[in-house]
Amino acid sequence: MNLALRDIRHHLGRFLLTAVGLGLLLGVVLSMIGIYRGLVADALGLVRAPAAEVWVVETGTRGPFAEGSRIPGDTRESIARLAGVTETGSMTFQSLEATHRDRKLRLQVVGYEPGRLGGPPAIAEGRGLARSRFEIVADVKTGLVVGERIPLGGDVFTVVGTTRGAVSSGGDPVVWMALRDSQVLQFRLSPAPARREAARGPVAAGAPDTINAVVARVAPGASVEAVVEAAKRWKHLAAMTQDDQETILTRSVVEKARQQIGLFTTVLLTVSTVIIALIIYTMTMDKIREIATLKLIGAPDGRIVGLIVQQALALGLIGFSVGASLIASAKDFFPRRVVMLPEDAASLGLVVIVVCLVASGLGVRLALRVDPATALGG
Amino acid sequence: MTGDNPRPLVECRGLAKHYGEGETRVDALRTVDLDLWPGEVVGLLGPSGSGKTTLLNLIGCIVEPSAGTLRLDGETVWEGKWLRPDLRRLRLEKVGFIFQFHNLLPFLDVSENVALVLDMAGAATTDAFARAHELLDYLEVGHRKAAKPSSLSGGEAQRVAIARALANRPRIILADEPTAALDGERAGIVMDLLRKVAVEQSATVVVVTHDEKILGRFDRLFHLRDGRIEDMASRPGDLTG
Repeated sequence: MNLALRDIRHHLGRFLLTAVGLGLLLGVVLSMIGIYRGLVADALGLVRAPAAEVWVVETGTRGPFAEGSRIPGDTRESIARLAGVTETGSMTFQSLEATHRDRKLRLQVVGYEPGRLGGPPAIAEGRGLARSRFEIVADVKTGLVVGERIPLGGDVFTVVGTTRGAVSSGGDPVVWMALRDSQVLQFRLSPAPARREAARGPVAAGAPDTINAVVARVAPGASVEAVVEAAKRWKHLAAMTQDDQETILTRSVVEKARQQIGLFTTVLLTVSTVIIALIIYTMTMDKIREIATLKLIGAPDGRIVGLIVQQALALGLIGFSVGASLIASAKDFFPRRVVMLPEDAASLGLVVIVVCLVASGLGVRLALRVDPATALGG
Repeated sequence: MTGDNPRPLVECRGLAKHYGEGETRVDALRTVDLDLWPGEVVGLLGPSGSGKTTLLNLIGCIVEPSAGTLRLDGETVWEGKWLRPDLRRLRLEKVGFIFQFHNLLPFLDVSENVALVLDMAGAATTDAFARAHELLDYLEVGHRKAAKPSSLSGGEAQRVAIARALANRPRIILADEPTAALDGERAGIVMDLLRKVAVEQSATVVVVTHDEKILGRFDRLFHLRDGRIEDMASRPGDLTG
């Protein structure tokens, strides 16, 4: 005869209401983990989009995702001539704010040479860039649709295709445009002194021929590290592997966010533990007389401990299920991507079980101290 | 009174209980010698604070004595210290409690309240419920077996509590004011039932009571005052008259 189940059934409304409240709290914990996963996925999505193996950037920098990186536009040709390199692409990266349909739109603009590395990984609707100028491929998160026109930096661009799930580490949706367009955009949106300085140098069509990075792929069997070492021989260049680039993003750029979210998650879990402990303690207090009666008629401690621990576990697991279901159904409405991984949910489920066991300790301690004679009082 | 069994079911020798020490010492029970035999129904009488409930709690191994010896069913359970570590198992096997306030578990229905004792003793679920239903039918509350305690009348709740106390066929039944909430007729039925159990199960029934309606139904009545058995009567009229 399961006493915990029967007691829960006796106070079903109150128990479920408590579990739902706890579920909301655990839902926040799960969403924090999901937001962090989303942050990493977003950051890595942009760096993985070109499917490159080597990144060549300005010397002394860690690449365009960590800090400013400017290299000459003809760097791609030099890299393409290195032994083992099969494909290359010049790329630019910049954030900008545009006005569209009377609302502000923050965009991550990626410039690339159509036909070379660096373009969108998959087109959801429409087509990729075909003309050399004034076309863009935009992520659906921008709200732009195929055929729409949007002014950027003084020129008007036509949306020819859309992608899904392409955002920067800051959560801004990505727009791809031709390299030349992005260079002009970078020049026009630079601060005035920088523009004047750049204009003194070699200028093509009103903008300097600088890029932020060159990406490259190497032939099967060729050494990526050898290509990286070869590229580093140019004094003005630095080179790194794809893994290095991803590490910079996750360990450096996203690290603070990870620590912040990790700390917040820890605080929430601690609060959850305290709340579960208080709920279980209160539920035990409500049953003091029943526990005393159980002791008096001969119930062993195991039976009484089972009553409390099973209720704590039921509370935690129902709360966890409510929280997980809530976040699973609401995650697409979050402004930032929320990635729910089965292993994260399973880990939190295990943590909740441990938390419930720890939290029920207070109630168990109280129950074991109840004097059976309490049952005899009026 | 002893029947075929020459040994008392409850033996108290110099049994005493005090709380506190020195100036704050309160003697709840002072040096009680008492033998209770199988098949007898005894009553404990006395004013409030006289030690009736303390004596009941000592016999039920709920409260630890301060001095003396306590033997239950031939087994010495206290002599300077508890000699049995599993007192709850002892209670489960040998003692049935009937409380003044019923103490039914509110989250169990009537039949579960009765079957729980058997379930804890290790009986099969079907056997436990069969025995519970048998007792409830006998006590004329079988029609309420699926009801929750909160929906029972005082009399029904007391009969369910009695069924629970009897479920495990204990040989020592301790009842604290079992008829306080019952009318004269129901109180008589309850006492008849306790008498029947005492005889059929060779059990001893100890009843703490103030209920004058039932004083004539005891084999022996013990009158307590200031923690001592002041008087004993094998004919109830000797004390109540």
